[in-house]
Amino acid sequence: MSDQAAPAVSAPPASGPGARDGRTARRPLALRLLARPEVGVLLGAVAVFVFFFAMAPAFRSGSAMATVLYQSSTIGIMALPVALLMIGGEFDLSAGVGVITSALTASMVSFQLTMNVWVGVLVALVLSLAIGAFNGWMMVRTGLPSFLVTLGTFLGLQGINLAVTKLVTGNVATDDISDMDGFTQAKALFSSSFTVGGVQFKVTVLWWLLFAALATWVLLRTRYGNWIFAVGGNKDSARAVGVPVKFTKISLFMLVGFGAWFVGMHQLFAFNTVQSGEGVGQELIYIAAAVIGGCLLTGGHGSAIGPVFGAFMFGMVSQGIVYAGWNPDWFKAFLGVMLIGATLINLWVQKSATRR
Amino acid sequence: MDRTFHPRRSRRLVPLVALAAASALLVAGCSSSSGGKKSEESSSGAAAGKADTPRMTVAMVTHQGSGDTFWDIVRKGAEAAAAKDNIKLVYSNDPSAGNQANLVQNAIDQKVDGIAVTLAKPDAMKEVLGKATAAGIPVVGLNSGVDDWKKLGLMEFFGQEEGVAGEAFGKKLDEVGAKNVVCVIHEQGNIGLTQRCDGVKKTFGGKTQTLYVNGTDMPSVKSTVTAKLKQDSSIDYVVTLGAPFAMTAVQSVADAGSKAKIATFDLNKELTGAIKKGDIQFAVDQQPYLQGYLAVDSLWLYKNNGNYSGGGEQPVLTGPAFVDKSNVDSVAAFAAKGTR
Repeated sequence: MSDQAAPAVSAPPASGPGARDGRTARRPLALRLLARPEVGVLLGAVAVFVFFFAMAPAFRSGSAMATVLYQSSTIGIMALPVALLMIGGEFDLSAGVGVITSALTASMVSFQLTMNVWVGVLVALVLSLAIGAFNGWMMVRTGLPSFLVTLGTFLGLQGINLAVTKLVTGNVATDDISDMDGFTQAKALFSSSFTVGGVQFKVTVLWWLLFAALATWVLLRTRYGNWIFAVGGNKDSARAVGVPVKFTKISLFMLVGFGAWFVGMHQLFAFNTVQSGEGVGQELIYIAAAVIGGCLLTGGHGSAIGPVFGAFMFGMVSQGIVYAGWNPDWFKAFLGVMLIGATLINLWVQKSATRR
Repeated sequence: MDRTFHPRRSRRLVPLVALAAASALLVAGCSSSSGGKKSEESSSGAAAGKADTPRMTVAMVTHQGSGDTFWDIVRKGAEAAAAKDNIKLVYSNDPSAGNQANLVQNAIDQKVDGIAVTLAKPDAMKEVLGKATAAGIPVVGLNSGVDDWKKLGLMEFFGQEEGVAGEAFGKKLDEVGAKNVVCVIHEQGNIGLTQRCDGVKKTFGGKTQTLYVNGTDMPSVKSTVTAKLKQDSSIDYVVTLGAPFAMTAVQSVADAGSKAKIATFDLNKELTGAIKKGDIQFAVDQQPYLQGYLAVDSLWLYKNNGNYSGGGEQPVLTGPAFVDKSNVDSVAAFAAKGTR
């Protein structure tokens, strides 16, 4: 790697357009690429892909890829706002049950009031944004760590999901809303499929990529994106240069609320009913996808495209084990080992890329 | 800061008012003409008069995790019996064995007139149940622990043997001509669920495979079952161990383009519809309502008439009862009320 920089030093200064001064020598393109937060995870994902492609014959078909992408998309849509929040220096433990809260709300509002399901969908959106706003407001107002605030919200929502569902429906699951007005349109938006080359893909995959593109643009090209990096890097200096720290943090939590709403609506319109006990533990998977995707737990560093690969890797590992037909008793153990392995590859790539 | 604050506040009111107005319009104009609460038939509970015996207190302590449709039905049965027998029912639950034992201790401290308990982890309950017996409180078992209730000094037991249910399931699979079955466990490490699959394996003549899925995440359940069906295209029956997972498996089969049929343990109201439509072939039902009802009612009978079912020797079996296309109509009405 140094052999490329060496001739540049001996070359006469400013002798032509290709010449470089040794002090400002640009590091080779490959190294510069490797230093980006998402490249490590991309290589990890490629490694996992190649591994399962070789090990599991069933993994090689287009429809298997559609299944993997579907699983990845439901994790990935949530991993995006979770990652942005993490770049902004905070995280949200209530994200997993928040998804179910949103789905339960939409279902119960429509069913109990016998309304068009879109009414429920909108009420759920307002509620999800409000939960995010509450988390953010509570945090900036009290100065408590986001771990504590969102742990409280997590436990609270878990209890409310169960108790309110039981109170309203008399059961622990919501009623089937598939025969109600507006269901078909809502299903088309949140949970339909489309065919490409004879393979059926779920629409969530498109939404996932669209949101990822949007998040990347916001992060890299807008003032708001700068604010996110600033508040995650150093809150006080950010405030000193005029970044609206409180607004940025609260809005990031609301963004997580939006993600929870979207995934919640997908679940509702894909499965018609929602069980109130679901969602627990999912928050850690979202956070894992973001971390694998190169977002630092301490904030200030990361990307929006990294978590896309993080979620994709999670989907590949969890489905790949099944495609490979391995002894299912070891399922979780395989998952853990592969994830740590992939994260290490990610780490190693970044380290060797930024060493010089 | 403060000077600019007030005008901003009034400006903030505008979107709020707009939102309120919009919601009012929505509520007025967006009623659904089909489905919903209005179409749900008004259902009355199975109230059969009320006993005039002195009020007694019964504690029911189960290993239910939160939000499971199965336990909801058990509890409804227990509540129906309590209402009829003039009993105050104290229901509590915790999936961790140690916490469940604490809840039994709590019931003993309250000096209740009877305890109904599940024995998912019998060893952990041994000591505290000894204390209950020593305190002279009659204890009955329900749901799980069919092998241990007598050893632990319980008076009666109501439930189904999970292994026996699994074996009956396996025989039924042979009858319908299944060859290669995948048994979907939605909670890795749950003994009762494992026993069901083991029972299926024992009597079923064909090949049985096990598949673990993450039961708290439906999209993941769906894609994992789809993946399995694609990995092994000779699978011709998917066996799920809970009603909501069977409903999801229907979508997995469609997604995978598989010809596999679906059968399941346990019922709920959506499932009866799916059996009617032919999406799901059959369900084995352990009648959870009956378990809850009989457990509470038996404590009332014991206190007021000295009866005990099974003579203290034999368990009272509440299952396995099969529900398929031939008898689903008679069950569907009860399932719609959430009691079957």
